[in-house]
Amino acid sequence: MDFAGAFSSDNLRFIFEGFYVTLKVAFLSIVFSFVLGSIVGVIRYMKVPALSQALGLIVELLRNLPLLLLIFMARFALPDVGIQLGPMYAAIVALTLFEGAMIAEIVRSGLNSIDKGQIEAARSSGLGYMRTLWHIVLPQGLRRMVPPLVSQFISLLKDTSLAVIIALPELMNQSKIVIGQNLNYTIPVLLLAAVLYFTVNYALSLVARRLEAKIV
Amino acid sequence: MPDFSVLTDYFDVYMEGFLNTIYASVIALIASFLLGTVIAVFRISSVRPLRWVGTVYVEFIRNIPLLLVVYIFFLGLPLLGITLNGFVCGTIGLTVYTAAFIAEAIRAGIMSVPKGQTEAALSSGLTYVQAMRYVVLPQAVKIVIPPLSNQFLNLVKNSSVLSVIAGLDLMYFGDKVASDTYATIDTYLFVAAFYLVLTLPLSFAAHRLERRLAKHG
Repeated sequence: MDFAGAFSSDNLRFIFEGFYVTLKVAFLSIVFSFVLGSIVGVIRYMKVPALSQALGLIVELLRNLPLLLLIFMARFALPDVGIQLGPMYAAIVALTLFEGAMIAEIVRSGLNSIDKGQIEAARSSGLGYMRTLWHIVLPQGLRRMVPPLVSQFISLLKDTSLAVIIALPELMNQSKIVIGQNLNYTIPVLLLAAVLYFTVNYALSLVARRLEAKIV
Repeated sequence: MPDFSVLTDYFDVYMEGFLNTIYASVIALIASFLLGTVIAVFRISSVRPLRWVGTVYVEFIRNIPLLLVVYIFFLGLPLLGITLNGFVCGTIGLTVYTAAFIAEAIRAGIMSVPKGQTEAALSSGLTYVQAMRYVVLPQAVKIVIPPLSNQFLNLVKNSSVLSVIAGLDLMYFGDKVASDTYATIDTYLFVAAFYLVLTLPLSFAAHRLERRLAKHG
């Protein structure tokens, strides 16, 4: 084990550049998958004929495939149909689709958990369907969705590491390159990577726990 | 229309990967269930150091990527003079990672059994281990099964990380076929189909178990 060598300023800069890419890809994918997942989740909740079922099928398929396969597809299969994506965009597309499918289910079950009586009351006091959804169902449902959403975001941040297979220069990839220089760097570098992932995710999970305590 | 010759010509290759994916998932499920149970018992134990070990294990492992856990074994063990192939390292990594989630599921199950049950068991002369074994765990199992079935589903999907360390799983062989034939889309679609054959029934069963439990409480 060579901590001093592993943590030379060059290596540290290299690893932290990777950490930055991890955070960037995670952040963008969280935003996109949240938007996509919310839209799909609400459409499925509203039971729009045909569209809801079609989306349901796609969501089920995506949720039941390994993310790794989706990343491979986004990078290496999409060019065959004329869509050429660099590692970063391929990773973001795959993460957005996969996590978006997960989030769609969270949103749908969050909305479904709202008592039917609430909707009936709102409707019979003269609110239209959309206004009932917007003012009554969404605000309450959203609160219940927060804890599972945050754990999904934690999963997403961890899942960005799978993009090593398409050589996205994120934390895991950079760590492996540094380890490749000298095997004595293995443990120090893996430890550092673990600490970095842990810090962000643990902070997120603490936020989730506080929100949970506040809501329930 | 996909090119089925990519499937038929390489069927044995897919099958080897498919079977290895099943092996890795089943071995890791059994092992992580055992390890997860031990850790769950640690986490609720009245002995403080044990509780500490359990908590640190769960919190640490749950917040780092599976791939990192796998790398720790794949890159770390050779430093200790232990060289294992990708399949074994990957399965160990899967076990260690999944055990943290299973431990949490089991802990939630155990906590759902009223404290009075444990107290009654202890005061009728059972030891702590006996109380767990004969009174608490059998009741907890019912609550634990739906999240466990979800974990198994995740395990099957997660086993694809074996491919990153040449673990001879379905993803690994699929990728090989893709680079052999250049029929990338077709190959990946067949790989996807093989995964769905495993995961869709599991996910269906998990849904049903959940619903049944919700109905009967």
